[in-house]
Amino acid sequence: MSTPPGPRTLFDKIWDAHVVAEMAPGVALLHVDRHFVHDLGGHAAFTELERQGLSVRNPAQVFAVPDHVISTAPGRTGGNAPWSQMHIDGLRRGCRKWGVRLFDVNDPQQGIVHVIGPEQGLTLPGILLLCADSHTCTHGAIGALAWGIGASEIVHVLATQTIVQRRPQRMRVWVDGTLGRGVEPKDLILSVIGILGAGGGTGYAIEYAGPAIEAMEISGRLTLCNLSIEMGAKVGMIAPDERTFHYVAGRPFAPQGAMWDSALAHWRGLSSDAHAVFDRELRVDASRVAPQITWGTSPQDVMAIDARIPDPAQCSDPGQREAIASALAYMDLVPGRPIAGTRVDRVFIGSCTNSRFADLERAAAIVRGRRVASHVEAWVVPGSQAVKREAEAAGLDRVFRDAGFQWREPGCSLCVGANGEMVAPGQRCVSTSNRNFVGRQGPGARTHLASPAMAAAAAVSGSLTDVRALRG
Amino acid sequence: MEKLTVLDAIAVPLLMANLNTDVIIRIERMSLYPRGELGPWALETLRLDAEGRERPDCILNQAPFRDARILLAGANFGCGSSREMAVWALQERGYACIIAPSFGDIFFNNCLQNGVLAIRLPAQRVEAVAERLRHGATDARVRVDLERQEIRYAGGVIAFEVEPLARQSLLQGLDPIALTLQREPEIAAFQARDRTQRPWLYG
Repeated sequence: MSTPPGPRTLFDKIWDAHVVAEMAPGVALLHVDRHFVHDLGGHAAFTELERQGLSVRNPAQVFAVPDHVISTAPGRTGGNAPWSQMHIDGLRRGCRKWGVRLFDVNDPQQGIVHVIGPEQGLTLPGILLLCADSHTCTHGAIGALAWGIGASEIVHVLATQTIVQRRPQRMRVWVDGTLGRGVEPKDLILSVIGILGAGGGTGYAIEYAGPAIEAMEISGRLTLCNLSIEMGAKVGMIAPDERTFHYVAGRPFAPQGAMWDSALAHWRGLSSDAHAVFDRELRVDASRVAPQITWGTSPQDVMAIDARIPDPAQCSDPGQREAIASALAYMDLVPGRPIAGTRVDRVFIGSCTNSRFADLERAAAIVRGRRVASHVEAWVVPGSQAVKREAEAAGLDRVFRDAGFQWREPGCSLCVGANGEMVAPGQRCVSTSNRNFVGRQGPGARTHLASPAMAAAAAVSGSLTDVRALRG
Repeated sequence: MEKLTVLDAIAVPLLMANLNTDVIIRIERMSLYPRGELGPWALETLRLDAEGRERPDCILNQAPFRDARILLAGANFGCGSSREMAVWALQERGYACIIAPSFGDIFFNNCLQNGVLAIRLPAQRVEAVAERLRHGATDARVRVDLERQEIRYAGGVIAFEVEPLARQSLLQGLDPIALTLQREPEIAAFQARDRTQRPWLYG
């Protein structure tokens, strides 16, 4: 089951270190170091565990947080959706019963699970981390092996602290060059999704590497890894380096003192060997990436903000032609026209993709001294209580509020539509989240995915706008 | 988990690529309704109009396909969200087997967990079966034999392959957790060793 002798990739090293047993050729039983449980599934998982007469094997390795179903309205105490309280109460009950650490609704460490994991030092290099959420790939940015699981697998992990998994293939996305002015990690990864397609990473664990990744701060790396699943890759990861170690050091759950030293010695070996072989390689030049915006109903439907809306008539494949036409009909866009200038109704800055301090800082830089267009409802939803505190200490909340943004409480909010917060049918929303699927932000909602700065630019100009023109 | 050996049933073609789990089951349905009550909401975005009435132009609502138990799907079926309720909803609507060129990785695993047979087949093969299904009621039946790993349809026989562990689990209706619990001594040994090698993980 372990990798044959010879050079190994980062993925191989972490996988090999977690093999408990070989279940069949290519299928391993792996140890799970950290398991995150959230409010949309935690309740049902604990109930099912108990129905089967099982116990939580290692409660100290499990952490829980409500994020999906809770309200993000200022002054919130729970959720506004009809189902919210049931899920929150069920999560609380399960955590109490089994001794699982819960960061409750207004706990100072609460936040979106993929924001608080790294931020609290729970996510560490070299660990295997699971959570029943497809964006668990986010944690790979710290050098962890992390992926999303289903409801049955939550019960399996709770009961056994392991997972049965077929070994994926390995892909490396190598990024040269430097991102241009006004271009963010979100734009880079959206453009990679545009190249590979929504299924291009299916069956792969992706490692992002190269000069542009080495130069990228952790917040940007988290955004990059977060969107791996949008090209089908369950796993996205980046080798931990000095930036990572600096980021992790001193966080509440990070190792301290002598323990830190031995952890660090272990982590320094976590990178792909010089001649390690990947099953697939893609090279990208960051300097050629323009600010991106999605035009359709899959993250692969992405284009540069200064380009024209695709025309299905120009597409030779009948299946693709039909898919483009139906996406444009849903999005109410006209083929061949520039996408810039399209009027928007809502702007959402938040989600596990783009709700960290650096994201808010970049958005605020655009907003400062400007006002949200009068026809636009714009929200900022910080990713965690810690992000919110840091942003408030830096005065970012005032920048947003003075401009007419709502400044809200941490949670998944408009990304997922599980908490009563939705975009109305037919409304057009520029969103820093991760999915522009049909109905994702609410039935009939039209979503354009973009970076925080691009979302801010849309808010203040009232339409899809090239952020590079605003900065000027 | 129910055993699955042979499935002789109506199949329905739904070949759009990248059909995601948000579309298979909407978030507010899976949040509100428990398992067992999700079937009516499976694929509602495609099947129902804004008022909740069946769209007559949707193949899933048309005879004989509305009684299908086999779903022929496009590439990357079940991509997106990890929600296992997508599998439950399809299962409750009657689908016991899904055939597609590729699946979302998380969705594929979720199928296995629930005894739903997910078969990967090259796109031209899926297309060939779909083409035949559209001929009409007499050609709409497909027989999937997991024991022999073959699909019989009006146009012929197609071999498929399911990885041995998954095949065995499906054929025998094995419980994955029970299988893993048999490995308890190995899990305990791993943790005992790991506590000395990576003590910082066990605070």
